[in-house]
Amino acid sequence: MKSLDILLWSVLPYIAIASFGLGLVWRYHYDKFNWTTRSSQIYEGKLLRIAGPLFHLGLFAVIGGHIVGLLIPQSWTDALGLSHEAYHLGAITMGGAAGIATLLGIALLIYRRRTTDTVFAATTKNDKTMYIFLVATLLAGSGATLSSAGVIGEEHNYRETVAPWFRSILLLRPDGALMAQSPLAFRVHAVVGMLLFIIWPFTRLVHAMSAPFGYMFRPSIIYRTRDEQTSAGNRKARPGWERS
Amino acid sequence: MKVMAQMGMVMNLDKCIGCHTCSVTCKQAWTNRSGLEYAWFNNVETRPGQGYPRRYEDQEKAKGGWVRTRAGRLRLKGGSKARRLLSIFSNPRMLNIKDYYEPWTYEYDNLITAPLGQQTPVARPKSLLTGKPMKIEWSANWDDDLGGGPENIEKDPILQKLAEDVTTKVKLAFEETFMFYLPRICEHCLNPACVAACPSGAIYKRAEDGIVLVDQQQCKGWRMCVSACPYKKIYFNHKTGKAEKCTMCYPRLEIGLPTVCSETCVGRLRYLGLFLYDAEKVLAAASIEDEKALYEAQLDLLLDPNDPAVLAAARAEGIPEDWLVAAQKSPVYKLAKVYKIALPLHPEYRTMPMVWYVPPLSPIVDVLTETGHDGEEAGNLFGAIEALRIPIEYLAELFSAGDVDIVTGTLRKLSAMRSYMRDINLGREPRPEIPAAVGMDQESIYEMYRLLAIAKYEDRYVIPAAHSEQAKELENMGCSLDGLDDGQKYGGPFGQASGNPVPVTIENFHIMKDRQTK
Repeated sequence: MKSLDILLWSVLPYIAIASFGLGLVWRYHYDKFNWTTRSSQIYEGKLLRIAGPLFHLGLFAVIGGHIVGLLIPQSWTDALGLSHEAYHLGAITMGGAAGIATLLGIALLIYRRRTTDTVFAATTKNDKTMYIFLVATLLAGSGATLSSAGVIGEEHNYRETVAPWFRSILLLRPDGALMAQSPLAFRVHAVVGMLLFIIWPFTRLVHAMSAPFGYMFRPSIIYRTRDEQTSAGNRKARPGWERS
Repeated sequence: MKVMAQMGMVMNLDKCIGCHTCSVTCKQAWTNRSGLEYAWFNNVETRPGQGYPRRYEDQEKAKGGWVRTRAGRLRLKGGSKARRLLSIFSNPRMLNIKDYYEPWTYEYDNLITAPLGQQTPVARPKSLLTGKPMKIEWSANWDDDLGGGPENIEKDPILQKLAEDVTTKVKLAFEETFMFYLPRICEHCLNPACVAACPSGAIYKRAEDGIVLVDQQQCKGWRMCVSACPYKKIYFNHKTGKAEKCTMCYPRLEIGLPTVCSETCVGRLRYLGLFLYDAEKVLAAASIEDEKALYEAQLDLLLDPNDPAVLAAARAEGIPEDWLVAAQKSPVYKLAKVYKIALPLHPEYRTMPMVWYVPPLSPIVDVLTETGHDGEEAGNLFGAIEALRIPIEYLAELFSAGDVDIVTGTLRKLSAMRSYMRDINLGREPRPEIPAAVGMDQESIYEMYRLLAIAKYEDRYVIPAAHSEQAKELENMGCSLDGLDDGQKYGGPFGQASGNPVPVTIENFHIMKDRQTK
């Protein structure tokens, strides 16, 4: 294995995990104030009404597909009697549809962002950088889907290369050789994806980490007393130059 | 019974001259920052008129407030929790900034840097959102003083509602029109829809004084509160991506000072004080079926601060003694519950708003005077209140869910007070039958007059300060607004204005140190 392969498939994944995890902890601790969706709906709502749900819901399906594809070993679905062909047909049709929705969504979102003066004026450099990585990941991922289906190059069963590699990372026994033999589209997708996770905590993408599921289970009206407030306004001063 | 204290406000609309001093001073204190240029925590709108934001009372569009389901339960008008979570990627009820107005500035620079020419240089309007030249077509007070005439005023949602009934069709002919001013701040509701709508749980009612605040660190900018508030008093800061709202100037209240809008009110029409209410009964009161009974239900929540049982329950909840004294002296309790002349704004939204209004008698007196009658004679006034249906029904739509009797009762008390006091001021024999006609005695109507006409600073604002044992914490309190206004910091790797404000004591320490070494 070349040293580049070791770097990309056995070192970079852990850098990505570290940056993602520690970055989120750091930002949660020191920069809660900027942890927001930075929604631009107040400027423009009509395009967002279609593009926002299209992108996000498409992306959820894509994420769901990744979880199934990467975490469930082929031997398990084999044991269930699901044939390789049937699995791939399902993965490609559902994954393809989700991918198209996500790509259409992000295309519309970027079009909206560029053409609506107010939204464009509110776009930071940070946002633009993030969009490059996000779109690159999505495009490379779509390429990988096409590649696994045999539309580009020859058909490839990623469940024999990419998925075991991914699990080997999680099990702390990185097997980079598995990934190194996957087609180019998969390798590009993985690298760009890891870079996206590296910058994730430092971009507006952090809002994904605060998906408000708790809302379903909390009481409608919230009371807080002044004493127990620890955040905004009455937050207790942190230990600074004075020991507390 | 769970007794809680609520800081409340009453505004006497008869005294409002529409000078906008409250709006301007509030803006200077709270919203003169980028991201909130368009926001007026306090605004004064002319009624009839569309209000600010435009047509905010049209709840069919923005779906603000609560509705009672057929099963008798209370639900946000914007839909169930699950439904709203699903629409989080694009809130279908979200307002556009144009519903408020596009903020702008002028190219003042051009006035002094333009080259010598034939024409006088002009300062063109420039959008604060895009920086490009723009045409000013709307603002927070575009229809001030009925500006724009029928074209604008007819879009008032209340007028449109009244217009469905042909007999009350409002003619906007110049000689038949009426108007008054309505200053509005956050209602600091007992049953706030914004709090219930916040997916992050960032909006809360302060248990001590009921002030509704947004935790700026916890807010994630899901913007559900903006549409859920039926009064549209939550604003989306488009620079920080967080919701902000009227804080009832809590840093001032905590040291016993009135809010900026009250302090600077030229007409001295605002009153601040405590209500004691039964928190356990709020939901039941907000859920009753008949909209017109909501006002009474809201009044029933307010507890008598002189009742020993209430006081004992309040002490059991840990409400301090000086707060109880303040509740007993509270001018807002007297106006709302004792005299029953202050009414909540749109009780039909079921949020139990805690900013109350004494409805204006002036439109009626004006009409009487113009028609050659004695506008302050009790008989004339009583008759006119019944006869002048249009202003009355309009006021009823604002303050009593359309129940004309409630507004009429209030106005009759106000007119009785005028007529009764006129006799005294003119040295004539006071007529006890005037207060009796509105179910009051001479003493109470005189006290009401004192409170409405004479009341001094300390009578209008009865504000118990936060407690001295907590003063040390107040001293080091980070201002929730620090670091917000630095919209310029685009370049940083973590977005704009990252990080937390430095505590005041640390800042002071460094300043002192600099001085010592130099």
